[in-house]
Amino acid sequence: MNCEECKQRPATVHITKIFNNQKTEMHLCEECAKQHDEIPFTFSADAEPAFSIQKFLAGLLVGGAPSAGADATEEEATAAMPQCSNCSLTYGQFGQIGRFGCSHCYQSFAGQLEPLLRRVHGNSRHTGKIPRRAGGLLGFRREIEQLRAELQNAVNSEAYERAAVLRDQIHALEGKLQ
Amino acid sequence: MSIQDTLNTAYSKWMEDDGPESQIVISSRVRLARNLSEQPFPHVMPQEGGQAVVEQVQGVIADPDAREQLGPMFYVPLEELGPLDRQILVEKHLISPQHASDERPFRGVALSPDEGVSIMINEEDHLRIQVLFPGLQLDAAWEMANRVDDAFENKLDFAFDELYGYLSCCPTNVGTGLRASVMMHLPALAMTNQAGRVFTALSKLGFVVRGLYGEGTEAKGNLFQVSNQVTLGPSEQEIVDSLLAVCRQLIEQEQLGRQSQMRERPAQIEDMVFRAYGVLTNARLINSDEAMFYLSCLRLGIDLGLLHNVSKRTLNELLVRTRAAFLQKDAKDAMDSFNRSLKRADIIREALKVSE
Repeated sequence: MNCEECKQRPATVHITKIFNNQKTEMHLCEECAKQHDEIPFTFSADAEPAFSIQKFLAGLLVGGAPSAGADATEEEATAAMPQCSNCSLTYGQFGQIGRFGCSHCYQSFAGQLEPLLRRVHGNSRHTGKIPRRAGGLLGFRREIEQLRAELQNAVNSEAYERAAVLRDQIHALEGKLQ
Repeated sequence: MSIQDTLNTAYSKWMEDDGPESQIVISSRVRLARNLSEQPFPHVMPQEGGQAVVEQVQGVIADPDAREQLGPMFYVPLEELGPLDRQILVEKHLISPQHASDERPFRGVALSPDEGVSIMINEEDHLRIQVLFPGLQLDAAWEMANRVDDAFENKLDFAFDELYGYLSCCPTNVGTGLRASVMMHLPALAMTNQAGRVFTALSKLGFVVRGLYGEGTEAKGNLFQVSNQVTLGPSEQEIVDSLLAVCRQLIEQEQLGRQSQMRERPAQIEDMVFRAYGVLTNARLINSDEAMFYLSCLRLGIDLGLLHNVSKRTLNELLVRTRAAFLQKDAKDAMDSFNRSLKRADIIREALKVSE
């Protein structure tokens, strides 16, 4: 098969791109492939960019490969993207460096964050340790949830005395929440 | 205890050879990423911000209540250390290579005297609490890291969100902020070309395998670092438990591999071990990769009961003492690679002679 663009050299680079369920295929020779910005590979060993988690993340953010070719649309995209009210980092800048500027960025970019966290962690909810000071009332709420589950179990197994104790504990905690 | 003691002795707590599963596991590490809620993250922070973080951390270390929980710790500003000294801290696994090469002011590390606890200040996050124990002791390391975290949390406001947990500079660390990792010696898996397959399987389960010095470093001397990738979702205990389960599997596979090697190729294995011993006790010039390879053979020889006159603690110390920066520290001036090879061979010959 010959290259789709120059129609002269044999096609040695085959690209299958699936974006929004639309599949496109390209068959190029190495020379023509180098001209394509959207192909993230470099062909000479010394030009190989070192892998970095930030670049990789940046790739995840724009929904494609971590290519240098995203530059063209980046400026337009940046303008439309939200900005952190505290440190004024834009989501576009975050996309480039893969790091947030401050802890408020998580609130500022909450809308965009959910799919990213799912992609990175397969999850977007913390269930681990809660700091006593900064955690605020979350500790109480977690405890109430846990007690409610226990209460349900107690009711199901007809352990009404235990259920009464649990109900009082839940009431006491709910009182603290208000 | 001062930073000079740390820099002048190769020994660190993680080098003890009596930890659980020490046949295969060298050390266990737990790291927690924490940030102060009111400061921007270190990579965009103005100098005053960096200074404020350092002062707050020093305040906690000096506080009598925290001291009771933490034990004594001392703070080392990186700007006071030369590149060689910083590299020694990397070689002892106390700071990351990235932290060592950061020239901006107000970067530092707080250390416990036995070096079991090290807290990088203003690396990617404001605090990176690290606990490094010998052998397979992830539970103990997590407990310790948790205690250290509590001691700081009593005095400082950490950035925390009800949904996302502890907020980190890079979203790959958000949630628990916990990275647990285990350093394992897996010569049989490497020898039988199973290592690649096993590591691919691990990556599907959300674990990463890296080289000796963490992110972006190559595996040398059959030493591999296995760690969790996911930090958000599972609880700290769940992360620790699942990594422990993975390690137990790896230990079992490696043991089976060693047994089958000894059954099927006893002469070749013995030859490999004693040849390594011969080289290390006689060579006059040895480069770093070669030393790592032969030290791995000796370690295997000890585990298989073939070698009796070398202790694993000696080997663990040699892992650090034969690295480029530490060699030059011993020599007290900069050396080219030829002179390092010369010095490295001397140190190894001497270390192995002492334990004969």
